[in-house]
Amino acid sequence: MIGFVSYLVNGISLGSVYAIIALGYTMVYGIAKMLNFAHGDVIMVGAFVVFSTVTGMGLPPVIGILISVVVCTVLGVVIERVAYKPLRQASKLAVLITAIGVSYFLQNMALLIYGANTKSFTSVVTVPAITLADGALVISGETIVTVIACVIIMIALSLFIKYSKSGRAMLAVSEDSGAAQLMGVNVNSTIALTFAIGSALAAIAGVLLCSSYPSLTPYTGSMPGIKAFVAAVFGGIGSIPGAFIGGILLGIIEILGRAYISTQLSDAIVFAVLIIVLLVKPTGLLGKQIQEKV
Amino acid sequence: MKVRNFSKTTRSNLITYGMVIVAYIIVEIFLRAGMVSSLIEGLLVPLCVYVILAVSLNLTVGISGELSLGHAGFMCVGAFAGATFSKCVEEVITFGPLRFLLALLIGTLCAALFGILVGIPVLRLKGDYLAIVTLAFGEIIKNVVNVIYLGRDSRGFHVSIKDTISLGLEDEGEVIIKGAQGITGTPNDSTFLWGIILILITLFIVINLINSRTGRAIMAIRDNRIAAESVGVSVTKYKLLAFSVSAALAGTAGVLYAHNLSTLTALPKNFGYNMSITILVFVVLGGIGNIRGSVIAAVVLTLLPELLRGLNDYRMLIYAIILIATMIFTSSPGGQEIQERIKLFFERRKTKEA
Amino acid sequence: MKKALSLLLVGAMTLSLAACGSSSDDSAATDSATTEETTTSESSDSEGSGEATFKIGGIGPTTGSAAVYGIAVENGAQIAINEINEAGGINGYQIEYNFQDDENDAERAVNAYNTLKDWGMQVLMGTVTSTPCVAVVENTQADNMFQITPSGTAVECIQYPNAYRMCFSDPNQGVESAKYIGENGLASTVAIIYDSSDVYSSGIYEAFAQEAENQPFEIVSVSSFDSSNNTDFSVQVQQAKDAGAELLFMPFYYTEASLVLAECNSQGYEPVFFGCDGMDGILAVENFDTTLAEDLMYLAPFVASSEDEQVQSFVSAYEAAYGETPNQFAADAYDSIYVIKAALEAAGADPSMSVSDLCDAMMTAMSSVTYSGVTGKDITWGEDGEPNKAPLVVQIQDGVAVEL
Repeated sequence: MIGFVSYLVNGISLGSVYAIIALGYTMVYGIAKMLNFAHGDVIMVGAFVVFSTVTGMGLPPVIGILISVVVCTVLGVVIERVAYKPLRQASKLAVLITAIGVSYFLQNMALLIYGANTKSFTSVVTVPAITLADGALVISGETIVTVIACVIIMIALSLFIKYSKSGRAMLAVSEDSGAAQLMGVNVNSTIALTFAIGSALAAIAGVLLCSSYPSLTPYTGSMPGIKAFVAAVFGGIGSIPGAFIGGILLGIIEILGRAYISTQLSDAIVFAVLIIVLLVKPTGLLGKQIQEKV
Repeated sequence: MKVRNFSKTTRSNLITYGMVIVAYIIVEIFLRAGMVSSLIEGLLVPLCVYVILAVSLNLTVGISGELSLGHAGFMCVGAFAGATFSKCVEEVITFGPLRFLLALLIGTLCAALFGILVGIPVLRLKGDYLAIVTLAFGEIIKNVVNVIYLGRDSRGFHVSIKDTISLGLEDEGEVIIKGAQGITGTPNDSTFLWGIILILITLFIVINLINSRTGRAIMAIRDNRIAAESVGVSVTKYKLLAFSVSAALAGTAGVLYAHNLSTLTALPKNFGYNMSITILVFVVLGGIGNIRGSVIAAVVLTLLPELLRGLNDYRMLIYAIILIATMIFTSSPGGQEIQERIKLFFERRKTKEA
Repeated sequence: MKKALSLLLVGAMTLSLAACGSSSDDSAATDSATTEETTTSESSDSEGSGEATFKIGGIGPTTGSAAVYGIAVENGAQIAINEINEAGGINGYQIEYNFQDDENDAERAVNAYNTLKDWGMQVLMGTVTSTPCVAVVENTQADNMFQITPSGTAVECIQYPNAYRMCFSDPNQGVESAKYIGENGLASTVAIIYDSSDVYSSGIYEAFAQEAENQPFEIVSVSSFDSSNNTDFSVQVQQAKDAGAELLFMPFYYTEASLVLAECNSQGYEPVFFGCDGMDGILAVENFDTTLAEDLMYLAPFVASSEDEQVQSFVSAYEAAYGETPNQFAADAYDSIYVIKAALEAAGADPSMSVSDLCDAMMTAMSSVTYSGVTGKDITWGEDGEPNKAPLVVQIQDGVAVEL
């Protein structure tokens, strides 16, 4: 029983990281209608910036995280401007391939700068672990911080989109960008803002990911990126609560699958659950059903 | 008008076949003359593999209009089915070409079967959701292949999903599939000639499919599903047909791939979504729906990283930049404007010369 | 638009075809241009443009997730080659060295091999990882080229007589580990975590599990991970913990091991840790909290902190050149180059010999070569190409690896 609770806690912890990444994915998808495959690599950049500033230069973790958020925000906006904006009217596939190109670019850039050696990431979390049931159940500080951060980000984002002016502009653009433009919404800056927020979240996700699983390589972001993408689709891509629920569920399924079915088949289990969900509910758990017009 | 149109497509198709045959003849001449570097010689079969993959994916993405990110999964099925067969009968059928032909048939059929199995649920979905589910299936196939252990001894075949110890083989038993370590010692039956023949067969199947009644029905569904349905085109049937043919051809490419190297492992790199995406890049850069474009793009983009070897560490970085730049050049309004200008420039020169 | 694009692509293809057509007849033009780029740093002291040189090729992953091993091998071999060239070369001939990337992929490895063949490689030091090695050995066997792999541990890597190995093989390490644990009574219950996608790791696991039946301990938990799930070890560690294992056997590389150790720490699980030679390098992981690895034991052919003179000179040369402590991959590569040198000298070879003749001569010579280097002393090679050397067991004490 304790074992099960412990697996569950680990699952929620992993799921929270997926959820934060998935929030970024889902926002960009909702507004730009593109699968930003480079999102996972922005996470890696975020983690490397914290590594350089905190471990390399000895700055306090808070400052390091702030710098990382700024760097990633700028990076996100630059990527959007240089690689995606010229393709706004192009086919979806062209944008997808460009996103993949950006992903390769970021990975190889990091490889050139930092080399291939795995870096051990010092956790930025100082919250002590909680030990329950005579040491049989340990909840690490990283888990606590990750889960709390994830909930705060989810709530803040929902409020931002619902009540702020730019948030509502985002909603309008995602609903119908042409109409939004006619109503005086600056579509370009709204999309840029979305990328900025998504990339800032990626920086935070990167720090939390590497604090929980302290290894850092140029390829750190790619697998969590794919998993988070799955989580976003799982919850209904474009939906913020959906990304949250999708991320948490995915984390739990992955850990429980690994614990009780097979450590090697955990990916297959995750993907199989995704397929079943999509076949039953073709737009994900909380996705909007779009009526097809003739 | 109609006649002219028809002859134009025929001519275009003949050019495509001709291009492959001419390429083969040129390479053969160079090979005979010993003027081909070992690098290129070693790349000939992989080039054929990628060409077949690109053409077959173009059938799904370009002709049928479904974004598939799991193409490598079908290649994986074909590769493992074909290699397992070849390994089992290596001592029974010693005549290489016959063994390879049978392996090709088995690999292709297995991949087609998986295409149908996967296609039935997947094709109910649309757009990005379809893309993610194909990606999921591709990953599942890769993941499951990675845990299969298959051994053979005098008592027959043994299967396990744990490790080779649990196969419980007799001492002289042979492990055929060794989980994540895959299959080693597949006979090297793939040759460039086989590759070219398979490319021609693939082209023949795909081009004829496109220009047939079936092909027109598939394209009608792509362009407007509801309209096609309303005139009595069976959407499920035609979509599934295109999808499974595409999967079967990917399986063929897989068999060719498996018999070119003596080791076969299902890594994320060669059978995961990375490979699916690489093939997709061929299709998109070659022009969606453009079969000849797929052939050329597959060749150029496979050669590119190899020809950039001299740049060492910067190689993959430059590959990434070329990818982004090409997409922007071909698909953005700015890039298209430049293309128009270049075209105009050449046309003007032509008229001047005339 | 499509037309323009396909025209562009056709243009590119003709260009590339032209490039490949020309690269063989005047291969010096394109290929040596590239190699000059790669070898400028090292060929400055060789200046072998006019004279004949031995051309040694290397293959390994220098990009991709296994890049750390490939780069270590590339650099380790470079140190050896610089030393040899400075000391006058082999039989009076300088060495040229060219290392190609294979991205840890069998197909790319064969491409890399062919690239090196175009360059004129005579001896192959590679490949670094097992799967590509199994593919490449088919080609070296067909060409009868002498091959020594610094770190390809799978049995099939050297299944042909022309291929030799510098490191231990997988079964060898598994058996030695089980014996050591049993004979020293380190534990009565053992848990194993292994990387099922890695030939090295699963090979050791299988040999270990078989040998364990003859030993006075019991395996109570076996769990695995694979290369796409190698960051979260919470489940595997908890399974070992719940099974009450006194010793955790970790036959995989230090990159993952550092994560497992961190996970054990956060779960408050403190078994005896035991690893294999892949564990070497754990202390050098940038920013790693070495207290986590305290008391960790592992089999190692090479200890960077060893007092041995050869090791010391290698380590200081490596640190001076690359700014980091060499790991066992670098050490294996360094020794591999010296073994090639020993074989070439014993065979009395010169660069004008054909690849095949060179290989035959070196194979004959290898049976008599006894080599002492940084990864072992008095190493000899059997007919099967396996090295005979004794593994050391080291333990990390106060943040330093100490021989037991």
